[in-house]
Amino acid sequence: MNPVRKRRLYLIILMVMGISAAAGFALNAFNQNMMFFFSPSEVVAGKAPDNHVFRLGGMVVKGSVQRTQGTLTVHFKLTDNVKVVTVQHTGILPDLFREGQGVVAKGRLGEGGVFVADQVLAKHDENYMPPEVAGVMKTAADGKPGKANDP
Amino acid sequence: MIRYLHQLGSAPRFYSFSTSLLPWLSAACIVLLLAGLYGGLVMAPTDYQQGDSYRIIYIHVPSAWMSLFIYMVMAAAGVVGLVWHIKLAEIISISSAPIGAAFAFLALVTGSLWGKPMWGAWWVWDARLTSELLLLFLYLGVIALYGAIEDKRNASRAAAILALVGVVNIPIIHYSVEWWNTLHQGPTVTKFDAPSIHVSMLVPLLLMALAFKLYYAIAVLLRARCELLVRERNSAWAAELVTERVKGKS
Repeated sequence: MNPVRKRRLYLIILMVMGISAAAGFALNAFNQNMMFFFSPSEVVAGKAPDNHVFRLGGMVVKGSVQRTQGTLTVHFKLTDNVKVVTVQHTGILPDLFREGQGVVAKGRLGEGGVFVADQVLAKHDENYMPPEVAGVMKTAADGKPGKANDP
Repeated sequence: MIRYLHQLGSAPRFYSFSTSLLPWLSAACIVLLLAGLYGGLVMAPTDYQQGDSYRIIYIHVPSAWMSLFIYMVMAAAGVVGLVWHIKLAEIISISSAPIGAAFAFLALVTGSLWGKPMWGAWWVWDARLTSELLLLFLYLGVIALYGAIEDKRNASRAAAILALVGVVNIPIIHYSVEWWNTLHQGPTVTKFDAPSIHVSMLVPLLLMALAFKLYYAIAVLLRARCELLVRERNSAWAAELVTERVKGKS
Protein backbone atom coordinates (compact mmCIF):
# COMPACT_ATOMS: atom_id res chain seq x y z
CA MET A 1 0.00 0.00 0.00
CA ASN A 2 1.46 3.35 -0.87
CA PRO A 3 2.09 5.87 1.94
CA VAL A 4 -0.69 8.27 0.95
CA ARG A 5 -3.35 5.55 1.05
CA LYS A 6 -1.90 4.18 4.27
CA ARG A 7 -2.16 7.57 5.89
CA ARG A 8 -5.75 7.97 4.73
CA LEU A 9 -6.62 4.53 6.14
CA TYR A 10 -5.01 5.39 9.50
CA LEU A 11 -6.93 8.66 9.62
CA ILE A 12 -10.19 6.82 9.05
CA ILE A 13 -9.41 4.22 11.71
CA LEU A 14 -8.48 6.99 14.13
CA MET A 15 -11.74 8.82 13.39
CA VAL A 16 -13.91 5.73 13.95
CA MET A 17 -12.08 4.96 17.20
CA GLY A 18 -12.53 8.51 18.42
CA ILE A 19 -16.24 8.52 17.67
CA SER A 20 -16.68 5.12 19.33
CA ALA A 21 -14.93 6.37 22.46
CA ALA A 22 -17.09 9.50 22.53
CA ALA A 23 -20.26 7.47 22.07
CA GLY A 24 -19.14 5.03 24.74
CA PHE A 25 -18.57 7.80 27.30
CA ALA A 26 -21.86 9.48 26.43
CA LEU A 27 -23.88 6.27 26.74
CA ASN A 28 -22.11 5.41 29.98
CA ALA A 29 -23.03 8.82 31.38
CA PHE A 30 -26.65 8.44 30.29
CA ASN A 31 -26.84 4.83 31.40
CA GLN A 32 -29.62 5.39 33.92
CA ASN A 33 -31.70 7.39 31.44
CA MET A 34 -31.35 4.71 28.78
CA MET A 35 -33.16 2.26 31.02
CA PHE A 36 -36.71 1.94 29.84
CA PHE A 37 -38.07 0.89 33.22
CA PHE A 38 -37.28 0.29 36.91
CA SER A 39 -37.58 -3.13 38.55
CA PRO A 40 -39.71 -3.72 41.67
CA SER A 41 -36.50 -4.13 43.75
CA GLU A 42 -35.31 -0.68 42.70
CA VAL A 43 -38.71 0.82 43.52
CA VAL A 44 -38.83 -0.81 46.96
CA ALA A 45 -35.24 0.36 47.59
CA GLY A 46 -36.38 3.91 46.82
CA LYS A 47 -34.30 4.36 43.66
CA ALA A 48 -37.34 5.32 41.61
CA PRO A 49 -38.30 9.04 41.59
CA ASP A 50 -41.03 10.16 44.00
CA ASN A 51 -43.88 12.32 42.70
CA HIS A 52 -42.66 11.73 39.21
CA VAL A 53 -43.83 9.58 36.32
CA PHE A 54 -41.65 6.53 35.68
CA ARG A 55 -41.99 3.04 34.28
CA LEU A 56 -42.09 -0.16 36.29
CA GLY A 57 -41.34 -3.52 34.68
CA GLY A 58 -41.76 -7.04 35.99
CA MET A 59 -43.66 -10.30 35.87
CA VAL A 60 -47.34 -10.39 36.74
CA VAL A 61 -47.61 -12.58 39.85
CA LYS A 62 -49.80 -15.62 39.21
CA GLY A 63 -53.24 -15.35 40.78
CA SER A 64 -52.77 -11.68 41.67
CA VAL A 65 -54.98 -10.12 38.97
CA GLN A 66 -58.21 -8.75 40.47
CA ARG A 67 -60.82 -6.88 38.49
CA THR A 68 -63.25 -4.51 40.15
CA GLN A 69 -66.78 -5.42 39.05
CA GLY A 70 -68.46 -2.96 36.66
CA THR A 71 -65.32 -0.89 35.96
CA LEU A 72 -62.16 -1.20 33.91
CA THR A 73 -60.02 -0.99 37.04
CA VAL A 74 -57.67 -3.87 37.64
CA HIS A 75 -55.19 -4.59 40.43
CA PHE A 76 -52.20 -6.88 40.03
CA LYS A 77 -48.80 -7.49 41.57
CA LEU A 78 -45.49 -7.15 39.69
CA THR A 79 -42.35 -8.99 40.74
CA ASP A 80 -38.75 -9.49 39.67
CA ASN A 81 -38.61 -12.64 41.83
CA VAL A 82 -37.13 -10.56 44.67
CA LYS A 83 -39.59 -7.82 45.61
CA VAL A 84 -43.28 -7.26 44.82
CA VAL A 85 -45.11 -4.02 43.95
CA THR A 86 -48.89 -3.70 43.64
CA VAL A 87 -50.15 -1.93 40.52
CA GLN A 88 -53.52 -0.32 39.90
CA HIS A 89 -54.66 0.42 36.36
CA THR A 90 -57.88 1.64 34.75
CA GLY A 91 -58.09 0.93 31.04
CA ILE A 92 -57.74 -1.70 28.34
CA LEU A 93 -54.91 -4.19 28.75
CA PRO A 94 -52.88 -5.37 25.71
CA ASP A 95 -53.33 -8.81 24.09
CA LEU A 96 -50.22 -10.28 25.65
CA PHE A 97 -51.13 -9.27 29.21
CA ARG A 98 -51.52 -12.41 31.29
CA GLU A 99 -50.33 -13.86 34.56
CA GLY A 100 -46.69 -14.94 34.54
CA GLN A 101 -45.98 -12.60 31.62
CA GLY A 102 -43.64 -9.59 31.66
CA VAL A 103 -45.27 -6.16 31.50
CA VAL A 104 -44.14 -2.53 31.71
CA ALA A 105 -46.44 -0.05 33.47
CA LYS A 106 -46.11 3.75 33.28
CA GLY A 107 -47.35 5.89 36.15
CA ARG A 108 -46.41 7.12 39.59
CA LEU A 109 -46.24 5.78 43.12
CA GLY A 110 -49.43 6.46 45.04
CA GLU A 111 -50.37 6.09 48.67
CA GLY A 112 -49.26 2.98 50.50
CA GLY A 113 -46.70 2.07 47.85
CA VAL A 114 -49.35 1.24 45.24
CA PHE A 115 -48.15 2.07 41.73
CA VAL A 116 -50.92 3.87 39.86
CA ALA A 117 -50.40 3.15 36.15
CA ASP A 118 -51.99 5.09 33.32
CA GLN A 119 -50.47 2.83 30.66
CA VAL A 120 -49.67 -0.88 30.73
CA LEU A 121 -47.53 -2.41 27.97
CA ALA A 122 -46.92 -6.12 27.52
CA LYS A 123 -43.32 -7.24 27.14
CA HIS A 124 -43.01 -10.31 24.96
CA ASP A 125 -40.00 -12.59 25.26
CA GLU A 126 -37.70 -14.01 22.62
CA ASN A 127 -39.28 -17.48 22.53
CA TYR A 128 -41.32 -18.55 19.54
CA MET A 129 -42.87 -22.01 19.41
CA PRO A 130 -46.04 -23.83 18.35
CA PRO A 131 -48.73 -24.28 21.08
CA GLU A 132 -48.21 -28.07 21.17
CA VAL A 133 -44.50 -27.66 21.96
CA ALA A 134 -45.29 -25.08 24.63
CA GLY A 135 -47.84 -27.51 26.12
CA VAL A 136 -45.35 -30.37 26.23
CA MET A 137 -42.71 -28.14 27.82
CA LYS A 138 -45.23 -26.88 30.34
CA THR A 139 -46.21 -30.38 31.48
CA ALA A 140 -42.54 -31.34 31.63
CA ALA A 141 -41.45 -28.34 33.68
CA ASP A 142 -44.82 -27.59 35.30
CA GLY A 143 -43.97 -23.93 35.09
CA LYS A 144 -43.97 -21.27 32.48
CA PRO A 145 -42.74 -22.48 29.10
CA GLY A 146 -39.29 -21.54 27.91
CA LYS A 147 -36.75 -19.37 29.67
CA ALA A 148 -38.06 -16.61 31.88
CA ASN A 149 -37.13 -13.21 30.56
CA ASP A 150 -35.85 -11.23 33.51
CA PRO A 151 -36.96 -7.63 33.35
CA MET B 1 -7.71 -12.84 -7.51
CA ILE B 2 -6.52 -9.26 -6.95
CA ARG B 3 -6.16 -8.79 -10.69
CA TYR B 4 -9.64 -10.23 -11.24
CA LEU B 5 -11.13 -7.81 -8.71
CA HIS B 6 -9.20 -4.98 -10.33
CA GLN B 7 -10.66 -5.79 -13.72
CA LEU B 8 -14.13 -6.00 -12.21
CA GLY B 9 -13.54 -2.54 -10.80
CA SER B 10 -13.34 -1.10 -14.30
CA ALA B 11 -16.62 0.40 -15.39
CA PRO B 12 -17.36 -1.47 -18.66
CA ARG B 13 -16.37 -4.80 -17.09
CA PHE B 14 -18.69 -4.23 -14.16
CA TYR B 15 -21.49 -3.27 -16.51
CA SER B 16 -21.29 -6.39 -18.65
CA PHE B 17 -20.67 -8.64 -15.63
CA SER B 18 -23.75 -7.36 -13.81
CA THR B 19 -25.83 -7.74 -16.98
CA SER B 20 -25.11 -11.45 -17.00
CA LEU B 21 -25.57 -11.79 -13.23
CA LEU B 22 -28.93 -10.06 -12.84
CA PRO B 23 -31.26 -12.70 -14.36
CA TRP B 24 -29.80 -15.42 -12.09
CA LEU B 25 -30.11 -13.29 -8.99
CA SER B 26 -33.68 -12.36 -9.87
CA ALA B 27 -34.72 -15.98 -10.42
CA ALA B 28 -33.13 -17.13 -7.14
CA CYS B 29 -34.68 -14.21 -5.25
CA ILE B 30 -38.20 -14.95 -6.53
CA VAL B 31 -37.92 -18.66 -5.71
CA LEU B 32 -36.63 -17.96 -2.17
CA LEU B 33 -39.23 -15.25 -1.58
CA LEU B 34 -42.11 -17.51 -2.62
CA ALA B 35 -40.76 -20.41 -0.56
CA GLY B 36 -40.20 -18.17 2.46
CA LEU B 37 -43.63 -16.54 2.24
CA TYR B 38 -45.42 -19.85 1.79
CA GLY B 39 -43.43 -21.42 4.62
CA GLY B 40 -43.95 -18.44 6.89
CA LEU B 41 -47.56 -17.54 6.21
CA VAL B 42 -49.05 -21.00 5.49
CA MET B 43 -46.88 -23.84 6.75
CA ALA B 44 -45.41 -22.44 9.97
CA PRO B 45 -47.53 -23.15 13.09
CA THR B 46 -49.10 -20.38 15.16
CA ASP B 47 -47.19 -19.11 18.18
CA TYR B 48 -48.18 -20.24 21.67
CA GLN B 49 -48.45 -16.66 22.95
CA GLN B 50 -49.06 -14.39 19.99
CA GLY B 51 -51.16 -16.61 17.73
CA ASP B 52 -50.95 -15.54 14.09
CA SER B 53 -49.73 -12.01 14.84
CA TYR B 54 -46.16 -13.19 15.19
CA ARG B 55 -46.03 -13.86 11.42
CA ILE B 56 -45.01 -10.24 10.88
CA ILE B 57 -41.50 -11.35 11.91
CA TYR B 58 -41.11 -12.80 8.41
CA ILE B 59 -40.97 -9.22 7.12
CA HIS B 60 -39.91 -7.31 10.22
CA VAL B 61 -36.84 -9.32 11.24
CA PRO B 62 -35.23 -9.68 7.78
CA SER B 63 -35.87 -5.97 7.14
CA ALA B 64 -34.17 -5.01 10.39
CA TRP B 65 -31.22 -7.31 9.66
CA MET B 66 -30.91 -5.85 6.18
CA SER B 67 -30.98 -2.28 7.47
CA LEU B 68 -27.90 -3.09 9.60
CA PHE B 69 -26.18 -5.20 6.94
CA ILE B 70 -26.63 -2.61 4.19
CA TYR B 71 -25.27 0.10 6.47
CA MET B 72 -22.11 -1.94 7.00
CA VAL B 73 -21.78 -2.49 3.24
CA MET B 74 -22.31 1.21 2.64
CA ALA B 75 -19.66 2.17 5.21
CA ALA B 76 -17.16 -0.46 4.04
CA ALA B 77 -17.54 0.59 0.40
CA GLY B 78 -17.21 4.16 1.62
CA VAL B 79 -13.85 3.36 3.23
CA VAL B 80 -12.61 1.69 0.04
CA GLY B 81 -13.72 4.76 -1.88
CA LEU B 82 -12.02 7.13 0.55
CA VAL B 83 -8.70 5.29 0.75
CA TRP B 84 -8.24 3.89 -2.75
CA HIS B 85 -10.44 6.37 -4.63
CA ILE B 86 -12.16 3.54 -6.51
CA LYS B 87 -15.08 5.00 -8.38
CA LEU B 88 -17.12 1.81 -8.32
CA ALA B 89 -16.86 1.54 -4.52
CA GLU B 90 -18.16 5.10 -4.18
CA ILE B 91 -21.07 4.21 -6.44
CA ILE B 92 -21.91 1.00 -4.54
CA SER B 93 -21.78 2.95 -1.28
CA ILE B 94 -24.21 5.67 -2.30
CA SER B 95 -26.46 3.27 -4.24
CA SER B 96 -26.94 1.26 -1.04
CA ALA B 97 -28.26 4.20 0.98
CA PRO B 98 -31.86 4.42 -0.35
CA ILE B 99 -32.27 0.64 -0.17
CA GLY B 100 -31.06 0.57 3.41
CA ALA B 101 -33.32 3.48 4.29
CA ALA B 102 -36.28 1.59 2.80
CA PHE B 103 -35.50 -1.49 4.91
CA ALA B 104 -35.08 0.57 8.09
CA PHE B 105 -38.41 2.24 7.37
CA LEU B 106 -40.06 -1.13 6.74
CA ALA B 107 -38.69 -2.52 10.00
CA LEU B 108 -40.01 0.48 11.95
CA VAL B 109 -43.45 0.40 10.30
CA THR B 110 -44.00 -3.36 10.64
CA GLY B 111 -42.80 -3.21 14.24
CA SER B 112 -45.21 -0.38 14.96
CA LEU B 113 -48.17 -2.19 13.37
CA TRP B 114 -47.41 -5.23 15.48
CA GLY B 115 -46.65 -3.23 18.61
CA LYS B 116 -50.11 -1.68 18.91
CA PRO B 117 -52.04 -4.95 19.45
CA MET B 118 -49.23 -6.84 21.24
CA TRP B 119 -47.50 -4.28 23.45
CA GLY B 120 -50.38 -1.84 23.55
CA ALA B 121 -48.48 1.08 21.99
CA TRP B 122 -47.54 2.14 18.45
CA TRP B 123 -44.24 3.53 19.60
CA VAL B 124 -42.15 3.64 22.76
CA TRP B 125 -38.85 5.43 23.25
CA ASP B 126 -36.85 2.40 24.29
CA ALA B 127 -33.21 1.95 23.29
CA ARG B 128 -33.83 -0.47 20.41
CA LEU B 129 -36.56 1.54 18.72
CA THR B 130 -34.79 4.85 19.19
CA SER B 131 -31.46 3.62 17.82
CA GLU B 132 -33.20 2.07 14.79
CA LEU B 133 -34.95 5.39 14.15
CA LEU B 134 -31.54 7.07 14.36
CA LEU B 135 -30.31 4.63 11.71
CA LEU B 136 -33.11 5.72 9.37
CA PHE B 137 -32.11 9.37 9.93
CA LEU B 138 -28.45 8.51 9.25
CA TYR B 139 -29.44 6.95 5.93
CA LEU B 140 -31.53 10.01 5.05
CA GLY B 141 -28.63 12.26 6.07
CA VAL B 142 -26.22 10.38 3.80
CA ILE B 143 -28.67 10.65 0.89
CA ALA B 144 -29.27 14.36 1.52
CA LEU B 145 -25.57 15.18 1.86
CA TYR B 146 -24.77 13.34 -1.36
CA GLY B 147 -27.53 15.19 -3.15
CA ALA B 148 -26.46 18.57 -1.83
CA ILE B 149 -22.96 18.52 -3.36
CA GLU B 150 -22.69 19.16 -7.08
CA ASP B 151 -19.42 17.34 -7.80
CA LYS B 152 -20.23 13.66 -7.35
CA ARG B 153 -16.72 12.54 -6.39
CA ASN B 154 -16.59 15.11 -3.59
CA ALA B 155 -20.16 14.23 -2.65
CA SER B 156 -19.18 10.56 -2.33
CA ARG B 157 -16.32 11.43 -0.01
CA ALA B 158 -18.48 13.59 2.26
CA ALA B 159 -21.25 10.97 2.34
CA ALA B 160 -18.73 8.22 3.16
CA ILE B 161 -17.42 10.19 6.15
CA LEU B 162 -20.95 10.73 7.45
CA ALA B 163 -21.66 7.02 6.96
CA LEU B 164 -18.51 6.19 8.94
CA VAL B 165 -19.56 8.46 11.80
CA GLY B 166 -22.82 6.52 11.96
CA VAL B 167 -21.11 3.13 12.14
CA VAL B 168 -20.94 3.48 15.93
CA ASN B 169 -24.74 3.14 15.96
CA ILE B 170 -24.66 -0.40 14.53
CA PRO B 171 -23.36 -2.24 17.63
CA ILE B 172 -25.60 0.00 19.74
CA ILE B 173 -28.67 -1.20 17.84
CA HIS B 174 -27.58 -4.81 18.05
CA TYR B 175 -26.73 -4.84 21.76
CA SER B 176 -29.33 -2.31 22.93
CA VAL B 177 -31.66 -5.08 24.08
CA GLU B 178 -28.88 -6.63 26.19
CA TRP B 179 -27.28 -3.50 27.63
CA TRP B 180 -30.48 -1.80 28.75
CA ASN B 181 -33.99 -2.68 29.87
CA THR B 182 -36.06 -2.39 26.73
CA LEU B 183 -39.64 -3.19 25.82
CA HIS B 184 -38.32 -4.82 22.66
CA GLN B 185 -37.46 -8.49 23.11
CA GLY B 186 -33.92 -9.81 23.36
CA PRO B 187 -32.22 -11.60 20.45
CA THR B 188 -33.91 -14.80 19.27
CA VAL B 189 -31.68 -16.00 16.44
CA THR B 190 -28.43 -13.99 16.54
CA LYS B 191 -27.05 -15.16 19.86
CA PHE B 192 -24.52 -17.70 21.00
CA ASP B 193 -27.02 -20.27 22.35
CA ALA B 194 -29.33 -22.23 20.12
CA PRO B 195 -32.03 -19.98 18.62
CA SER B 196 -35.07 -19.79 20.90
CA ILE B 197 -37.48 -20.24 18.02
CA HIS B 198 -38.95 -23.54 16.89
CA VAL B 199 -37.24 -24.94 13.79
CA SER B 200 -40.51 -24.98 11.80
CA MET B 201 -40.70 -21.20 12.28
CA LEU B 202 -36.96 -20.59 11.89
CA VAL B 203 -36.51 -22.13 8.42
CA PRO B 204 -38.95 -19.77 6.63
CA LEU B 205 -37.38 -16.85 8.50
CA LEU B 206 -33.92 -17.75 7.19
CA LEU B 207 -35.32 -18.24 3.68
CA MET B 208 -36.85 -14.78 3.85
CA ALA B 209 -33.57 -13.34 5.13
CA LEU B 210 -31.74 -14.87 2.16
CA ALA B 211 -34.38 -13.61 -0.27
CA PHE B 212 -34.03 -10.10 1.17
CA LYS B 213 -30.22 -10.31 0.77
CA LEU B 214 -30.64 -11.25 -2.90
CA TYR B 215 -33.18 -8.48 -3.38
CA TYR B 216 -30.60 -6.04 -2.04
CA ALA B 217 -27.96 -7.43 -4.43
CA ILE B 218 -30.34 -6.93 -7.36
CA ALA B 219 -31.42 -3.46 -6.30
CA VAL B 220 -27.89 -2.24 -5.60
CA LEU B 221 -26.63 -3.55 -8.96
CA LEU B 222 -29.46 -1.84 -10.83
CA ARG B 223 -28.91 1.44 -8.99
CA ALA B 224 -25.12 1.24 -9.39
CA ARG B 225 -25.41 0.58 -13.14
CA CYS B 226 -27.63 3.61 -13.49
CA GLU B 227 -25.32 5.84 -11.42
CA LEU B 228 -22.31 4.55 -13.33
CA LEU B 229 -23.84 5.46 -16.69
CA VAL B 230 -24.71 8.92 -15.43
CA ARG B 231 -21.17 9.53 -14.18
CA GLU B 232 -19.53 8.04 -17.29
CA ARG B 233 -21.87 9.56 -19.83
CA ASN B 234 -19.01 11.21 -21.71
CA SER B 235 -16.82 8.12 -21.91
CA ALA B 236 -16.19 5.98 -24.97
CA TRP B 237 -17.60 2.74 -23.56
CA ALA B 238 -20.89 4.34 -22.58
CA ALA B 239 -21.30 5.81 -26.06
CA GLU B 240 -20.52 2.39 -27.52
CA LEU B 241 -23.13 0.77 -25.29
CA VAL B 242 -25.76 3.21 -26.43
CA THR B 243 -25.01 2.76 -30.13
CA GLU B 244 -25.20 -1.01 -29.67
CA ARG B 245 -28.57 -0.68 -28.00
CA VAL B 246 -29.87 1.56 -30.75
CA LYS B 247 -28.61 -0.85 -33.42
CA GLY B 248 -30.21 -3.77 -31.65
CA LYS B 249 -33.56 -2.04 -31.61
CA SER B 250 -33.68 -0.93 -35.27
